[in-house]
Amino acid sequence: MIEFFDVSKTYSTGTRALQHVDLTIDDGEFVFIMGRSGGGKSTMLQLLLKEIEPSEGEIVVNDYTLRNMPRRFIPRYRRQLGMVFQDFRLLNDRSVFENVAFAQRVINKSAREIKESVPEALRMVGLSSKYKSLPGQLSGGERQRVAIARAIINKPSILLCDEPTGNLDEKTAREIMQLLDDINRQGTTVVVITHSAELVRDMDKRVITIDKGVIVSDV
Amino acid sequence: MYSIGQAFKNICRNIRLSLASVATVSACIFLFCIFFCVIANLRAMITNIETRVGITVFFDENLSDEEIMSIGERISAQPEVKETQFISADEAWSDFKKEYFEGKEELAEGFADDNPLKGSSSYAIWLKDAARQDSFVKYLENAEGVRQVNYTSQAGSLLTGINNALLIVSAILIGILLAVSIFLIRNTVMISAEFRKNETAIMRLIGATNSMIRAPFIIEGVTIGLIGTLIPLVGMYFLYGYVMRYMNEHYTMLSDIFSLMPHSSVFPVMTVVALILGVGIGFFTSLFALNRHLKV
Repeated sequence: MIEFFDVSKTYSTGTRALQHVDLTIDDGEFVFIMGRSGGGKSTMLQLLLKEIEPSEGEIVVNDYTLRNMPRRFIPRYRRQLGMVFQDFRLLNDRSVFENVAFAQRVINKSAREIKESVPEALRMVGLSSKYKSLPGQLSGGERQRVAIARAIINKPSILLCDEPTGNLDEKTAREIMQLLDDINRQGTTVVVITHSAELVRDMDKRVITIDKGVIVSDV
Repeated sequence: MYSIGQAFKNICRNIRLSLASVATVSACIFLFCIFFCVIANLRAMITNIETRVGITVFFDENLSDEEIMSIGERISAQPEVKETQFISADEAWSDFKKEYFEGKEELAEGFADDNPLKGSSSYAIWLKDAARQDSFVKYLENAEGVRQVNYTSQAGSLLTGINNALLIVSAILIGILLAVSIFLIRNTVMISAEFRKNETAIMRLIGATNSMIRAPFIIEGVTIGLIGTLIPLVGMYFLYGYVMRYMNEHYTMLSDIFSLMPHSSVFPVMTVVALILGVGIGFFTSLFALNRHLKV
C-alpha cells in the first residue's frame, strides 16, 4: 500500500513541485498518474524511491515510514519496488539474460536461483528465445520487455513505471500495457506515470491527474 | 564473484591508466624497499660496530687491582651492561707485545721486567643496547676512581647521522611517489565510476547496498595496489641476492665489519609493511574517490 499524507515538496530553487498531496493506492491496484511535464509526477516517483525527501508530510509504503527510515534500510526497502524507465536503462554490453540476472546478482542471489528465475521472467515477458541477444539487437518494445523482466524478477510488491511507452509506437505501447496488466493480475501493484491519454482511456483503470503539484482529479 | 568480475573488467577497460597506476605504485614500493634494506643494514652495522668495540675504562693509577675489580663489579651490576672483561696491566702489556713486536721480540727485551703499561688495568664493557652508550659513558666518567673512558662515539654517530639523513630523504621521495600513486589510482577509479555510472544508478534503484555498489571499485584499487607491490618485492628479492653475492665476492675484507643481512632478516617485515602500504593506498584511495564521485 502507498500512502501520501499531506505531502509537499519545494526544491531549493523555490519550485513547488507538490502541494499538500493526500493519496492512497491499495495493494494490487493498477493506477495511472497523468499530468503535464513539470506537474509533479516525477517528483512523486523520486519521493517513492526515497531519492529525495518531502518538505512536509509523510509517505508510508508497505508500512515503511519513509521519513524516518535510516539510510542502511533504503536498499532493503527499494527491493520491494520494481522500476521501469522510458529509456529502458539496459546494460548494452550484456546479453538479455545478463541484464535480467543483473537485478539478482547485485542483491547476492545464488547462481542456482538466478538460473531458475531468469528464464521464468523472460518467459513471462515473451522473450525466452532472445536470451542471448544484446539490447542493441532488439526492437524498442523488446528492450522494454527486458526492462520489465528485470523489474519483476525479484518479485516486488509494487511496480513503478515512468513513461514506459514514451519511446514506443502505438501498437507496441498497447502490448507493453497489456503485459503490465498481466503482471498486475498476478497481484503486483502497478503505478504507471504517463501523459498518453489514449492509452489511459483504453485501459479503464484508476487515473490520478496532477497539475502544478496538486491532484486535480482521481477517478 | 560479481564484484570481482566487474573489478577486473574495469581494469581491462582502462588498461593504460591501470598500468600507469601499477607502475607508480611499483616505483613507490621499490624505493621504499631500497631504503628499507639500506637502513636495516646500516642499523645492523651500527650495532655491530658499537657492540664489537665496546667501551674501555681506565682507572686512577694509584688504585690496586683489587680496588679496580671492586669498582668493576659495581659497573657490571648496571642494567645496561651486557658483558665486562677485566684486563690487568700485565695482560695489556703481553697483548701489546704480541701485536707490535711479533717476530722482533728482541726489541721488547729492553723493557725487561718493567711494564710500561703499569697502571693501565682496564675494563672492557659491552652494552646490551648501543643506543644507550652516551648516557652510560657519562655515568662512567663521573664514577669514582675512573681516569679515562674510551669509546667509539664517532663511528656510531657518523653512521647514525647517515641513517637519519637517509630516513629523511626516503620519507620525502616516498611521500612524493605516494602522492602520485594516490592521484593516479584515484583517476583510474573515477574513470571506471564514470564509465559505469548507468550501471551503478540502476544498482542503487534495484536495492543494491552501498558496499555492493562500491565493491568492484575498491577491489579494482586494491588489485592495482597489490600488483604494484608484488612486482617490486619480487624484483627486490633477486636484486638483494645479487648485491649480497657481489659484496661477498668483491669486498671480502669488509665482511668482518659489514656484511648484508640475510633475506630472512629483512624481507618478512619489509614484505608486510610494503603490502600494507600498497594495498592500503589502493583501498583508501578508491574509498575516498567513490565518496566524492558516487551517489550511493
